[in-house]
Amino acid sequence: MTKPKLALYWAASCGGCEVAVLDVEEKILDIAAHFDLVFWPCAMDFKYKDVEERPDGDIDLCLFNGAIRTTENAAMARLLRRKSKVLVAFGSCAADGCIPGLANLTTNEEIFRCVYESSPSTMEGGAWPQRRVSVPEGELEIPEFLPEVRTLRQTVPVDYVIPGCPPQAHQIVAVMTLVMEGKPLPATGAVLGAGEKTCCDECTRQRSEKRIKHFYRPWEVEAKPEECLLDQGIVCLGPATRSGCGALCVKANMPCRGCYGPPPNVADQGARMVSALASVIDSQDPAEIQWILDMIPDPTGTFYRFSVPSSMLHSRRMEGEEQHAEDHH
Amino acid sequence: MRKITIDPITRLEGHGKITIFLQEDGSLGNCYFQVPELRGFERFCVGRPVEELIRITPRICGVCPEAHHMASAKACDAVYQVDPPRAAKKLRELLYTAFFVGDHTLHFYALGGPDFVMGPDAAPAERNILGVIRKMGLDAGRKVIELRKRAQRTVALIGGKAIHPVTALPGGMAKPLTVAERDEIVNHTDYFVEFAKFTLGVLDAVVLKNPAYMDLIRSDTYTHRFYSMGTVDAQNRVNFYDGMVRVVDPEGQEYVKFAPQDYLEVLSERTEPWTYLKFPFLKKVGWKGFVDGKNSGIYRATPLSRLNAADGMATPLAQAEYERMYATLGGKPVHHTLAMHWARVIEIVYAAERAAELARDEEILSTHIRTSPTAAPREGVGCVEAPRGTLYHHYITDERGIVKAVNLIVGTTNNHASICMSIRKAAEGLIARGSEISDAVLNRIEMAFRAYDPCLACATHAAAGQAALEVRILDSEGHLIAARRRA
Amino acid sequence: MEGFEPRLVGFLCNWCAYSGADLAGVSRLKSAPNLRIVRSMCSGRVDAELILRAFQFGADGVLVAGCHPGDCHYQEGNYKTLRRVLLLKRVLRDFGVDERRLRLEWISAGEAEKFARISQEFTEEVRSLGPLPRTSFGAGLQAAKEELAV
Repeated sequence: MTKPKLALYWAASCGGCEVAVLDVEEKILDIAAHFDLVFWPCAMDFKYKDVEERPDGDIDLCLFNGAIRTTENAAMARLLRRKSKVLVAFGSCAADGCIPGLANLTTNEEIFRCVYESSPSTMEGGAWPQRRVSVPEGELEIPEFLPEVRTLRQTVPVDYVIPGCPPQAHQIVAVMTLVMEGKPLPATGAVLGAGEKTCCDECTRQRSEKRIKHFYRPWEVEAKPEECLLDQGIVCLGPATRSGCGALCVKANMPCRGCYGPPPNVADQGARMVSALASVIDSQDPAEIQWILDMIPDPTGTFYRFSVPSSMLHSRRMEGEEQHAEDHH
Repeated sequence: MRKITIDPITRLEGHGKITIFLQEDGSLGNCYFQVPELRGFERFCVGRPVEELIRITPRICGVCPEAHHMASAKACDAVYQVDPPRAAKKLRELLYTAFFVGDHTLHFYALGGPDFVMGPDAAPAERNILGVIRKMGLDAGRKVIELRKRAQRTVALIGGKAIHPVTALPGGMAKPLTVAERDEIVNHTDYFVEFAKFTLGVLDAVVLKNPAYMDLIRSDTYTHRFYSMGTVDAQNRVNFYDGMVRVVDPEGQEYVKFAPQDYLEVLSERTEPWTYLKFPFLKKVGWKGFVDGKNSGIYRATPLSRLNAADGMATPLAQAEYERMYATLGGKPVHHTLAMHWARVIEIVYAAERAAELARDEEILSTHIRTSPTAAPREGVGCVEAPRGTLYHHYITDERGIVKAVNLIVGTTNNHASICMSIRKAAEGLIARGSEISDAVLNRIEMAFRAYDPCLACATHAAAGQAALEVRILDSEGHLIAARRRA
Repeated sequence: MEGFEPRLVGFLCNWCAYSGADLAGVSRLKSAPNLRIVRSMCSGRVDAELILRAFQFGADGVLVAGCHPGDCHYQEGNYKTLRRVLLLKRVLRDFGVDERRLRLEWISAGEAEKFARISQEFTEEVRSLGPLPRTSFGAGLQAAKEELAV
């Protein structure tokens, strides 16, 4: 009997999701025994042409991590969608855009200028990388940037999402066990390997009624280990983040930054945090409110740390520029 | 010319491709190593509070997030002009050495190792960690898994999470160790040391006692003579967490020793239009093109380079192995690219021993692990040895500590020029006129970069994109005379 | 911008602002037709996601109107609205959206004229800003779906 085929691929990724898969420890041996691993550039020598040569739908399960930043990322998303029965957006980059998604708060133009002109260590007058370059021997190509970073779901139809930066090993084990035991999976579109509440649900700190008059940056105070961080005026994204990680950061005395993405039934993680904080700030005076809010140094980059592309606004708008096609919704 | 593309390159971290051009007669025309990925950290970190970079920059790389976490923490210490308590630095270094053990182990067994254990000409389906486990036996496989489990666990106990740790702050660490946690870590570090010895045994049995492999290592095809860079402590011994950066020339003489904050006086980076990755080089020696030797500013920062740049190792077992390697390979410095695999194992030994030392230091239990920043933030450089090379984080902030500019020179980036040359030289040596370009030949070309343990997500933290048409006029020394760009 | 009719959404609270708008209608005061009105029980119900959803679905400007401070039917709802809108404006700015596209007003049940005037002013202000710039996200996914359906 042939083994089901498994593929793992990384787009605009840091490799952390690959390492997370290895962090399942001994379970990796069971996974390797159960599946035929047909594509995994990090660990195996199969090349793109090996995937292209497969019949459509040949791969039973593809775990796709990484955001869609370049034309190559988008092409691989389409290729693997075509060749896979089940395509999973694995990890925060594929699910919500994650850290690479912060590029959507700036522009490609600003990025190039930063790296190739204003970087203090870079020689002046250097060439910017180009899509096609003629060298004496022939032509070389590298992929192009898309106008903005996208999630996998914004690029191809996706069957399931496993959130987290990275997904925690025990959650990966839970999902893979389900698959290997042939248990029925939830309806398409479901989030797997995570909880149905917010991170606060997994946090063991003492909570009291929140009346916040002052916000502190993490280095400004020594957080008390037993009390809710938000109660102490330290911005923590627990209320706007899906449960499932075990509240690891908070247990380590650092605030949650939202890597498991928005909670169930929340489409915009940052907006949820805006509403949550607005509810607990203890002031009714506009000037005082503004003064308190100014103590949060970077609301957008903090509330949308992992979810700019999947947010409702997706990416920076350029007031005064020409209209693009309509937003997708 | 006929074109063969290895796409993607595999058994490394990140994206890359190798394009080989062949002449009519089948001999090599040229060979290009291209990095097709990038994301833009240097730009999108602007506007963020500087302390948040300690948790954002690890996403440059999920294989070595600890390196970025530490370099970033040190840069933030410098930005706020704050010196963490000694106990905090020990905690950071303990996390860091545990990470090094795990990361180098991953490379040896899963990424670079399969070429040696299975053989460079083994079938693609065999040349991977699963093949290695099949060949070495399940017991050995379980040892590797156990090592990684313990290394990740140690990082998580100190850092909160193993992948993308969170506890470093400007001025120290967010939480101290409990006695139970410390005891657990001591147990893990003992395992690290035993495992390091086991790995030395594997290296010996599989590689060092195999004459064919030793010939491969010593061959000219995989040898270049470059400057070597590494961080050293006050006694010029290898240190991963802190010290001065030392560069020795191809003959092993000290060329420069500098404090990380002065890196701009020593290093410069150039660009090429066919890759997103930049090419650092030694500024005062100058860029002479893709050539090696004392007159070329190209340098390497790899485990082998660190050992070349240092006078020794700070722990006994590692020192003994250091001496053995140089004795075997004909003295210092060693320029055989494939010897990086050996140097890497020596670093596993050092990291294990150092972790064991730190875990047993009573100060590791201290609860005095934060110094409060009081000075106005400005600018700072933080530097550590990432497993793949010297890592520099340079931040400039406004008076509130909001980032205005970021410059990064990341581990593998240091080695970009040398990786290109290693790949090209391997292609030259292996592609003979009229012979078939088999999968085995292509794999042996890939082996030329695998020794470096490249981390291309790291290397291409920064971004570029659609570009203008550019005409550059260079003089015979490669200096830019004029440039014209059409938007 | 010539020929541009702003599409505006107005979230009006039941007890004050909506009643004021209703009064404006009954009084035959001229209100801008550009403002599509959505009635909620309290301006405090209008959470940040709802406002962004309006922008995402095609609004060029969003008005949130509630009771004057101190007069909220539910005591504190409008203070939450105030805090929320102040924070959300910051987010809009970071996303490159002119913060004038989000407007918060206190309009009581009797302030028909105020409602009519604000609807006109807001329309003209957004007209001068032009349509909300859109992104190209939609096109890629549609193309991929078409390609894969083949």
